[in-house]
Amino acid sequence: MDHLDKLEAQSVYILREAYREFKNIVMLWSIGKDSTVLLWLARKAFFGHVPIPLLHIDTHYKVPEMIQYRDRFAREWKLNMIYGENTEALRQKQTFPDGNVDRLTCCRNLKTEALKHTLSGEWPRYRMNHDTGEYDLDSNTEAYTGVIVGVRADEEGSRSKERYFSPRDQDNDWEVGDQPPELWNQYKTNFAPGTHLRIHPLLDWTELNIWEYIKRENIPVCSLYFDQGCGSRNRSLGCAPCTTPVESTSTTVDEIIDELKTGKFANIAERSGRAQDKEDGGGLETLRREGYM
Amino acid sequence: MEKERLKIVIVGHVDHGKSTVIGRLLADTGSLPEGKLEAVKANCARNAKPFEYAFLLDALKDEQAQGITIDSARCFFESAKRHYIVIDAPGHIEFLKNMVTGAANAETAMIVIDAKEGVQENTRRHGYLLSMLGIRKVVVLVNKMDLVDFDQATFERTAKEYNEFLAQLNLTPVSFIPISAFEGDNIASKSPNLPWYKGLTVMEQLDALPKSTEEANLALPFRFPLQDIYKFTEGKDDRRTFAGTVETGSISIGEEVIFLPSEKRSRIRSIETFNTAKQTTAQAGQAIGFTLETQLYLQPGELMVKAEDELPNIGQRFRSNIFWMGKAPLIKGKSYLLKIGTKRVTVKLVKILNILDASELSSIENKEQVDRHDVGECIFETNKPIAFDLSAEIEFTGRFVIVDDYEIAGGGIILEAIASQESLLAGQVKEREEAWETGLVTANDRGIRFQHQSKFILITGEHGVNKREIAKNLEKQLFNKNYNAYYLSLSNLNLGLDRSIPRHVVEERAEQIRKVGELARIMTDAGQIFITTLAEADDYDLERLKLLNEPHEILVVNVGENRFSKYPVDLCLGLEESPEQAFEKIIDLLNSHSILEYYI
Repeated sequence: MDHLDKLEAQSVYILREAYREFKNIVMLWSIGKDSTVLLWLARKAFFGHVPIPLLHIDTHYKVPEMIQYRDRFAREWKLNMIYGENTEALRQKQTFPDGNVDRLTCCRNLKTEALKHTLSGEWPRYRMNHDTGEYDLDSNTEAYTGVIVGVRADEEGSRSKERYFSPRDQDNDWEVGDQPPELWNQYKTNFAPGTHLRIHPLLDWTELNIWEYIKRENIPVCSLYFDQGCGSRNRSLGCAPCTTPVESTSTTVDEIIDELKTGKFANIAERSGRAQDKEDGGGLETLRREGYM
Repeated sequence: MEKERLKIVIVGHVDHGKSTVIGRLLADTGSLPEGKLEAVKANCARNAKPFEYAFLLDALKDEQAQGITIDSARCFFESAKRHYIVIDAPGHIEFLKNMVTGAANAETAMIVIDAKEGVQENTRRHGYLLSMLGIRKVVVLVNKMDLVDFDQATFERTAKEYNEFLAQLNLTPVSFIPISAFEGDNIASKSPNLPWYKGLTVMEQLDALPKSTEEANLALPFRFPLQDIYKFTEGKDDRRTFAGTVETGSISIGEEVIFLPSEKRSRIRSIETFNTAKQTTAQAGQAIGFTLETQLYLQPGELMVKAEDELPNIGQRFRSNIFWMGKAPLIKGKSYLLKIGTKRVTVKLVKILNILDASELSSIENKEQVDRHDVGECIFETNKPIAFDLSAEIEFTGRFVIVDDYEIAGGGIILEAIASQESLLAGQVKEREEAWETGLVTANDRGIRFQHQSKFILITGEHGVNKREIAKNLEKQLFNKNYNAYYLSLSNLNLGLDRSIPRHVVEERAEQIRKVGELARIMTDAGQIFITTLAEADDYDLERLKLLNEPHEILVVNVGENRFSKYPVDLCLGLEESPEQAFEKIIDLLNSHSILEYYI
């Protein structure tokens, strides 16, 4: 078994463990490459099926290609696809592109708050109806208490301290210094009522591993990752107003892998194009403490 | 070709120089961001403090918080031969949990000892933990040799002392290397200060370590802890797939398998994967699925083995080495959850054989509990038989964790199976019966008065079959015929008898079984025909109920498919049978046991 085989086996084991132990779980699908690999790994774990609902938080500032891509594969792979949003903030224009709040507050409104209330079931959820191919208001408002997230330890500081199975209390507090031990493939799978859980099957993957796996498995990823002829592409996908494409002429997965291995991105952080990380120093750490994923 | 990867954990007593070793390795292999070393040195000069490599690690951690890719717990460096991932395990005992987490998935360990201070408490404790965690490739670095004038005798004394300690744990270090991480002696290049040392430098030694044991795992007997069973019907999929990860060995289509402890047998029909070429063989390390030639009803947690291989142990008692991280001590008499492979089972501490005093590696005798950060040797008993290997033979299926109050509180490795002793439960029942105080009315007196014997009738079957209706109808009909029958719904206990007991998900099932058994013992003693229902019981649940109800008799009625492989069920009812038909059959059963008419 090579390194990718091992990473895959570990992630599959974690996904199966999560599915076995928790009833109300959901998998976040940001449409980015990491959570798309995660979705692919779920198909591996469950032999082509995806028995876990997928949740996307739509900020309505995503590039249209992302939504088209999401819905295309939701239909093709018969996904139990749900999206949620912060309807109020959008209606009252409490967003950065509207010029009414700063970037961090915008993230907090459109992502963190939307995610929190969609998970809890307080805010409407929209579920894809595979008979019509459209989204209907979901009648299920039960809270999701387990969330599978595609974070990687190498992404940035706060993520390197994560566990595969990471409990958060009702206030979303994360006790970084007092986390459960994980050994011999045994994770924390017993919880006091009210505990919320995040599951991180991709923790040991690097950005390069992700691309190598996309290549090996021939996983379809969003077209925004590739140069469409204007000499730039997205290295990380976010909302259009806060994500700067990087200069790159890579048009294939192979070219991206080369770029990461030896080219100009070998020593530059992946999220360097994401503006909210820089706002106010340690912005992502602040957002994560509040429940950003 | 892709370079190999090797994960190393670095451990040692506080201040023995772990960070300096890591800093040196990063610097000497050119693995630092450009200008970093110079910047940290300049910063030290400005603040008039001597430069230390540990500052370099701190500086890297600061950067990490700002989004650059160096990991605080994990550092990366590479030699011409390999990529190395260094896991910096906290030396302080308070971080035992983190140390265990970091070390458990490393292949190799470096233990750092301060030449001046010598072997300290945590040097020993870490050695003990490494041996328990199954890390066999250990390199010992005797650091700060510059502080003892590069003295050979000091090095040899320390090496000898620690070597003797590790020998007691059956751990033989790959080598002892005298170094000064601060000065760079024997890290990446041979030190002129240590001419008497003829061995390898740290870098040479790391590159010389043999790579992981994948092939060795493949040669072991086949072990597959069953993680789950999937039946996804979407897209007319009719596969019933047994999913899990192969721990050791390999298996091919057509080979015969046994599931343990249930002892059910079948053969491999197919090997299931997604988006790969068809496989005819599955091997160690693969997270995979199987379909079987025959339909078996199994619970996740069974261990699938190859019929022709050497079989694991099946039993309830074992002797083990454990370490305890729980906030509350490990005590006798309390129920814990044991997780071994994919099996979860209730477990109790039977006996503490000894607790190790890590500072001396001598034993503390007669300890009544295992405290936080203790390591020691104990005997455990599970409430049902489990399949396991001895850790010395197959480590993957010979190690376990213990959950206390929702938290993984301990871990251990199995040293020995302890067979054929009276179980804890049998002992308790015996004790109960010896002490049982009877009134002046005997069972015979009651039988004559009531015109029948007492009996415990348990109606079991899957969730959703009409057990309850059958039970209620049985009670009513027996009552109408003047029998003393009493039906109890177990849900009545939750807000009554059980109210004072905090609900604890881990022990709920075992505790529920115990309570039903004890209630049955009382009700049958009172001469009643005691009727209740229990969903999803297994062979061992029935064995326990039978034992708990002694000296009176239990009759088990199963509704739906009989999935018991060991316990002889007294009566099987089809799903289509009405409560009336069920009643007729149960009456026949009672009569055939000459229970009802005996006194008439």
